[in-house]
Amino acid sequence: MLSQSSTAIADIDPRPITATPMPTLRIRPTKGWAALNLRELWQYRDLLWILVERNVKVIYKQTALGMAWVALQPLIAAAILAIIAGRVAKLPSDGTPHLLFVFCGLTIWNYFSQTAQRSSTSLINNSQLVSKVYFPRMLIPLSHTFSTLVDFAVTLIMLFVFMVIYHVPPTLRLLAIPGFLFLTAITATGVALWFSALSVKYRDTNYALPLFLQIWMWASAIIYPTSMIDSARWQTIFALNPVVGFVEGFRWCVLGKSALNPTMFWITVAISFVTLLSGAFFFRRTERKFADII
Amino acid sequence: MSDLALSVGNLSKSFNIDHQWNGLGNYRTLHDDLVNLPRRLLARFSQSHRPTSETFWALRNVSFDVRQGEVVGIIGANGAGKSTLLKILNRITEPTSGGADIYGRVGALLEVGTGFHPELTGRENVFLNGAILGMTRVEIKKKFDEIVAFAEIEKFLDTPVKRYSSGMYVRLAFAVAAHLEPEILLIDEVLAVGDARFQKKSLQKMEEVAANDGRTVIFVSHSMPTVARLCPRTIWLRGGEIAADGPSDEVIQKYSNVTFVDQDRVSWRDGFSNAGVHELKFKSVGLLDKKGRPTTHFDYSEPLNFELSYTVHESLYFCRIGFLVHALDGTPVFEVYDVDEDVKGGRREPGSYMIRCEVPGDMLKPGRYSLSLNAGMPGIKNLVRLDGVLQFSVDDPGLPGAAMNLPRVGVVRPKTKWFRKTL
Repeated sequence: MLSQSSTAIADIDPRPITATPMPTLRIRPTKGWAALNLRELWQYRDLLWILVERNVKVIYKQTALGMAWVALQPLIAAAILAIIAGRVAKLPSDGTPHLLFVFCGLTIWNYFSQTAQRSSTSLINNSQLVSKVYFPRMLIPLSHTFSTLVDFAVTLIMLFVFMVIYHVPPTLRLLAIPGFLFLTAITATGVALWFSALSVKYRDTNYALPLFLQIWMWASAIIYPTSMIDSARWQTIFALNPVVGFVEGFRWCVLGKSALNPTMFWITVAISFVTLLSGAFFFRRTERKFADII
Repeated sequence: MSDLALSVGNLSKSFNIDHQWNGLGNYRTLHDDLVNLPRRLLARFSQSHRPTSETFWALRNVSFDVRQGEVVGIIGANGAGKSTLLKILNRITEPTSGGADIYGRVGALLEVGTGFHPELTGRENVFLNGAILGMTRVEIKKKFDEIVAFAEIEKFLDTPVKRYSSGMYVRLAFAVAAHLEPEILLIDEVLAVGDARFQKKSLQKMEEVAANDGRTVIFVSHSMPTVARLCPRTIWLRGGEIAADGPSDEVIQKYSNVTFVDQDRVSWRDGFSNAGVHELKFKSVGLLDKKGRPTTHFDYSEPLNFELSYTVHESLYFCRIGFLVHALDGTPVFEVYDVDEDVKGGRREPGSYMIRCEVPGDMLKPGRYSLSLNAGMPGIKNLVRLDGVLQFSVDDPGLPGAAMNLPRVGVVRPKTKWFRKTL
């Protein structure tokens, strides 16, 4: 007979020792915090890749403009925001043309918000899978972190076009883009893991997150520069919002002008990792109930 | 026992049925939880059992071992815990206590077509579905042609599956799953799909899988003939516990004798997993005689009444709700819907309703039958299908000619008119 204990997965086989080989899988009730089990995630990398492929194929299917939407969305949004920032509100832009300035911020912000938004509803949208098949659930939100990179790449190419139009010379700093992108990706994934796990139990998140993201955008120096804040101490506090770090870092790569300083940078790095890890552990902790309540 | 494939010990699983749930589904809003928080904290402090929730045991102390290469059938009424057992073995949900040790790679076929994406083509879905079921890309590539040939959809490989007929859809889904190569295969009632010819083909495939490859198979089904044919050993679950475990013919015999419970009505509570989907929930179903009294025994010549009450939570269009009757050995007898006479009835607004179906007497051959419920939007989606919720018997009233009533073939015994003349 197997043990009745309701503690974490037991390592000790409670049955008498016989010639029985080690089981390949032990199913026991678990409680509390669970390990991240990265090895299993790696074993399922084929599925992750196929889910990413599916996300990319499906998202603009049966739309007349198809992938053109990927380019149109940020373009129109940037145009509107640039007019608001430059003409209406007359905000500073560190001496850069407003359209380029705003587009630069939006490039990284869109990646962040789209990843967060798409993946936060992903578990609910795939409830059939969650309640019928086993695989590491984390793959579902995670697949959006990767598939949204396609949108990002398109936007980035457009940004390079803008650089040419506005005669912004490329520098070696552009090589740092992957670094800031990586930080953005892990933070977005962390936010997505929190919200997707919460959305299984509380559908409120579907309504709360878009609103939350909108407020977040306005608080993230997308259409105004962080240099608008003149006290260094307040800038540091402002940098507690990691998106500020991504946007300023990205501007530093592209435009060469930015309020980013080492303190801000390290705060951003720390918060990014905290967001990812806390999201991942929270997800693992709530995951075991997903199939029962989704 | 070094040839063990699966060892289940004292496995139990409970669900909390929260009486405060709003009845709209299995989920709450943050608001509900915040409002209830003080009470919950209070309950925790006073160590008292929360009065608002009730524990429902889907499985209780289930223990059994399965050897490698064994094909085991799991039978039992609805809500007996069969599906929960498979879900635990497949790690979709966790047990509440006890556990299972599994020796080998597990693959499951819990519902045909899970993970199919309607916008993707057949080809893309084979890869998607295969990966979801645990195959690697290389494995799928190797089996691809075989899968497509089995599904008979070569011509439509590059068509989005949303344009497939439901038959094609199901064939492709089954084909992918049937080509899984796990050492231990869990199957939940997937053979009741497709047309008769494909059902036969899939059944053969399952037999092949079980017999030739020496694979361990756990097979959950309502169809006794299929279980008897595929599985030498059967476990019968009743109310979450093992009622019998042994050679299939013996267990099925016991099951058929004992499960004929004199139950004339089944009701579902909110939150119970089987009662429906969020748009539509069944409340209760009952059997009534011609005078409206609950019964499970009908006289041959008497009409039968099936009564179903249900709640619609979201407006539905083109929706049919009805009954299926099967003989106890699984042979389908008939299928009727409340929109058979009036198609306009397919539109349903939120609210609670009751429907009653009167089936004429003088038709069913005396014997035992089971009643199933089905609701769906034909060609769009299935809503609820509950198999074998109630059983009833049609009794032989000692008709004239009963003396010559040797067992007869067929499932109906219509009252026939005879003309005779001497030539």
